[in-house]
Amino acid sequence: MSTVGEAAVPAASRRPSARRGARTARQILVKVVSAVLVLVAAASVTFFAQLLVPGNRATAILNEQTGRAQLWTPAQLAPVNREFGFDKPLIVQYLNYVGGLFHGNLGTSYTQYRPVTQVIGAELMPSLELTGAALVAAWVLALAVILLTAKRGRFVTALGSTWEALTASLPTYWVGVVLLVVFAVEIRIFPVIGGTSAWGTVLPVLTLAIPLAGFLGQVTRDEFEKVLDQPFITTARTRGMGDTAVRLKHALRHSVLPAITLSGWAMGALISGAVIAENVYGRPGIGQVLVNAVNTRDVPTVSGIVLVVAGVYVIANLLVDIAYALVDPRLRAS
Amino acid sequence: MTEVAVTEQTAVDAATGTPLLTVENLRISFGKTEVVKGISFSTRLGRCLAIVGESGSGKSVTARTLVGLTGPDSHVQADQIDLAGVDLTRQSERSWRAIRGRQIGFILQDALASLDQLRRVGDEIAEPLKVHGWGTRASRRRKAVELLSSVGVPEPEVKARQRPYELSGGLRQRALIASAIALDPKLIVADEPTTALDVTIQAQVLDLLADSKARGTSIILISHDLSVVARLADEVVVMREGEVVEHGPAHQVLHEPRHEYTQALLDAIPSEHTRGTRLVRPAGAAPGGTTPPYRPAKPDVGENVVRRSRKPIDRDRAVLQARHITQVFRGPDKVDRTVVDDVSFELFAGETVGIVGESGSGKTTTARIALSLLHPTSGEVLLHGQPWSTLSTSQRKPLRKRIGVIYQDPLSSFDPRWPVGRILTDALSTGSRPPSSRAEARARAIRLLEQVGLAEHHMASAPLRLSGGQRQRVSIARALAPEPEVIVCDEPVSALDVSIQAQVLDLLTDLQDELGVSYLFISHDLGVIHHMSDRILVMKEGRVVEAGHADEVFERPRDPYTRRLLTALPRLAQA
Amino acid sequence: MSSISFPRAGALARLGNVRIRVRPGTAVPLLIVLLVTVAAVAPGVLTHRSPTAIDIEHTLLPPSLSHPFGTDDSGRDLYTRVIYGARESLGIGLGATGLAMSIALLLGFIAGLAGGLIDVLINRILEVAFAFPVLLLALLLIAIYGPSLTTEIIAVGIGSAPGYARMVRGQVLNVRKAAYVEAAAALGHSRWAVIRRHLFPNAMRPLVAMITLGVGQSIVWASGLAFLGLGVAPPSPEWGALLDSGREYITTQWWLEVMPGLVIVLVALSITSLGRTLQHRLEGAAR
Repeated sequence: MSTVGEAAVPAASRRPSARRGARTARQILVKVVSAVLVLVAAASVTFFAQLLVPGNRATAILNEQTGRAQLWTPAQLAPVNREFGFDKPLIVQYLNYVGGLFHGNLGTSYTQYRPVTQVIGAELMPSLELTGAALVAAWVLALAVILLTAKRGRFVTALGSTWEALTASLPTYWVGVVLLVVFAVEIRIFPVIGGTSAWGTVLPVLTLAIPLAGFLGQVTRDEFEKVLDQPFITTARTRGMGDTAVRLKHALRHSVLPAITLSGWAMGALISGAVIAENVYGRPGIGQVLVNAVNTRDVPTVSGIVLVVAGVYVIANLLVDIAYALVDPRLRAS
Repeated sequence: MTEVAVTEQTAVDAATGTPLLTVENLRISFGKTEVVKGISFSTRLGRCLAIVGESGSGKSVTARTLVGLTGPDSHVQADQIDLAGVDLTRQSERSWRAIRGRQIGFILQDALASLDQLRRVGDEIAEPLKVHGWGTRASRRRKAVELLSSVGVPEPEVKARQRPYELSGGLRQRALIASAIALDPKLIVADEPTTALDVTIQAQVLDLLADSKARGTSIILISHDLSVVARLADEVVVMREGEVVEHGPAHQVLHEPRHEYTQALLDAIPSEHTRGTRLVRPAGAAPGGTTPPYRPAKPDVGENVVRRSRKPIDRDRAVLQARHITQVFRGPDKVDRTVVDDVSFELFAGETVGIVGESGSGKTTTARIALSLLHPTSGEVLLHGQPWSTLSTSQRKPLRKRIGVIYQDPLSSFDPRWPVGRILTDALSTGSRPPSSRAEARARAIRLLEQVGLAEHHMASAPLRLSGGQRQRVSIARALAPEPEVIVCDEPVSALDVSIQAQVLDLLTDLQDELGVSYLFISHDLGVIHHMSDRILVMKEGRVVEAGHADEVFERPRDPYTRRLLTALPRLAQA
Repeated sequence: MSSISFPRAGALARLGNVRIRVRPGTAVPLLIVLLVTVAAVAPGVLTHRSPTAIDIEHTLLPPSLSHPFGTDDSGRDLYTRVIYGARESLGIGLGATGLAMSIALLLGFIAGLAGGLIDVLINRILEVAFAFPVLLLALLLIAIYGPSLTTEIIAVGIGSAPGYARMVRGQVLNVRKAAYVEAAAALGHSRWAVIRRHLFPNAMRPLVAMITLGVGQSIVWASGLAFLGLGVAPPSPEWGALLDSGREYITTQWWLEVMPGLVIVLVALSITSLGRTLQHRLEGAAR
């Protein structure tokens, strides 16, 4: 981070910051490579999962297709085997699978006989939009509650933390159903089936955001209250700084650190929540695809979605890691 | 807003003695507990008033009340708190904001915790300027650099852009002071500004405050350390449990105290004058604990000195020998750091060898190597003439009972689930004569408690519920349980109040006189080391720079570092 | 819930050397948990009806005095079905948590104690495991093996294990560097003795909170699966199944969906809250 006047810095001090810059770049590279490895490992797990299908895979596919559970002759199984590549040695199948990932190939659906990527296709975007909006909303909610209620007298604080404890443990479907019944059915502010319209997205976003806000809030509040007891906060006050300014300018930056780390994990949790929320509100997205796929035992599609989610999770964590290092420069020095 | 400078009028005030701050009958309570019970004092420009006391005396709370930060649930009453005509008892939170930083500057201890580590040093120093609407962004930045320079920080432009953890301890503390004096307040309140600092840095901080005083600022210095106070104070107030027990000019309070408590506090300070004696004099009750009524101190203090009756040191029997031990650590940045560099020493039976050094000197690492809790990169340690550091863990196990350890923080060295009794019986079971029955174990544990000045009812206590001094006694009892010949004491009194420190040091010397146990005593406190040790090692950055008999090292130091340490040491005589 | 405290003490009980004072903030979750336990063990105590008793004349009735939760599309009393569903739902929660904890303790302790390469390896495994959210992992397993009670328990168990494993590992690492562990070694105790007497008991201390959190969470996860229609088959009164069958009536007879959901939420919250309170007490007494 260069500031105005860096050119005036004497040469002796320029070297440490250049060294630091190179070290940071190296750290980031390591993190990226690590993330890729995690994805490969995740893919290996899903590949292995596909092998776990009881009995012979080709048989399972044909059973599901025809609705009959029977033994099939090798002649009947052969085209299926060829189609899906089951006749190749396992190691080749594995390498094809993992290699295919880098080309955006997630395998072929057992039931629809087309690439999984097509099956998922356009449905992914609405889910990602929902998830992204929910994360932002959760943060806004959590911060608002904390700034208003942290360390402001026993009653207010207790109110805030109770609210967080309650909302953090609420299951997604519960919040969804309640919001739907209250705000869409009874008080008709929002549409019951809103599709992907902005107005119709409000309730699903809230459904996901409220429990997450509770969770992030708990973590941040704990940290916030600990931070407000620290000596440097007192120092700020002795300079004549007002309470609100102290909270915003000093305490906040320190206390959001754990919640930032959790945001990476939160993305994974949000997507699973999105599956349920889409179900409650009948909203288009991968939720529908997923449930259908599970019902029809379409393992590659389910695996594909799981992998995509894993990818989102890994990327989110990577970004969080990097953001964390930027917010807390102490880590950059280590 | 214009800066508040020392005007001619205030200079005249200093000369004529018009008080800057007057406090009369200050009472502070938290809930139902009264922590300050009606104290009065005043201070003038260009003078330093020191408030001295131990924990629970109410000195810190008083300091914070002067800036209106007493704390939640507090109730403050006073007949008068007047700062140059401003009534401080009638301030709202809003009006306090105009006073803090501008009329009164506050310095906390430990700049590492007292500065925002995520912000740049320059921003931290400029903050009071910004809060009070001083100047523009650019001029504030310049002023911050100026301030850093005025407190003696080299390369101030560079340092201003760094963050506090990137600066060394001494520079950090100076930066903290810079932020407090940014608007040149008339009054500075310093709450333990030198605690936890190395002696040399301590001296620098005190110099800075003395400079401020010379420029006409009034200083209120809160400290538990009487020698630090001696360096700077013109007037001293001694507080105990919320009350003033003594108040007068520094020279009088520190050399001819009128109250017994003050005298006991002074007696309790370990130094070269107390060598070979007990710190707690029997005639006056110990300062910590009981509250005796006011009694004028005895005029001739030499009368109550109790000399130790020691066993002679057996120089034919070396209980602990370290030969050229070196410890190299590889950091996460792959840089090798030599933490202990070719250190050798010998500890004889019945002797105390003190290792003194500042932070980073390697003394704690040396202690751990001596205990064989750490394997040295090279060199060896012998215990009773036998190999010690070169043994395998299982070979060492039976020998462990011959060397014990006392830690700086006893609480964290106790299993949080165990009561005192279990801690002791557990230690007894590792000795050479493990108790054969529960009854015997309990009886011996009780005897240990009595040996360290505790009682049977402490057996069931949880260490959490004991005071700092009591915990350290339990720690000593535990170290004694296996009947070792050597005990390594790693900063055992650094976290204790002066009076409690005196009691614990007396306990250690009593035990040595009685049992002939040898001590390897680690400390950063030169006075404590001088008081306790027969021979001394001075360590700096991993190397032993000076070694010899205690009096030799302190009175005729050869190494320049040792000389610097000793010069920086604040002494009572300076008052 | 336990953060609002009214200082009037209720009952004083002794548990080892831990005093439990029951405040209203603790009493409510305790009561709920007790009720659920009774429902699981002896449902007949709490209701006189049968969960499968069909009554065609009283279908889809809203909540009333005789039917506190209303009736479903076959006229079955919802309240009774919820009571009888407690056993299965609690069973799933306990089963999944048992599995998750076993895995978590094993991995966490091995990683924390062994250190070095093994710790790195286990950490990497956990990292990969975290990329699979519990729900999605469960869905994957159900896609492979089909929906069933066992699949549900195993899926939720394996899915939630990594989170707890990391907690355990963190705790073990914390205790490992504690001064009292080193002090014990300095006294001459063998490595195994130190692990047995200090490391293990102290690392296990947050276990109570973790287990209760786990049971609460598992019940929620399992019911989530059922909500999607992938849980245990009807006519089981398992709470999640009730959620599933109530879904089509959300907009009209909302109580069919909201009531079982409410029960789930209350039970999960109570268990978790109780666990946290118990944890605080244990830690407060010991620390």
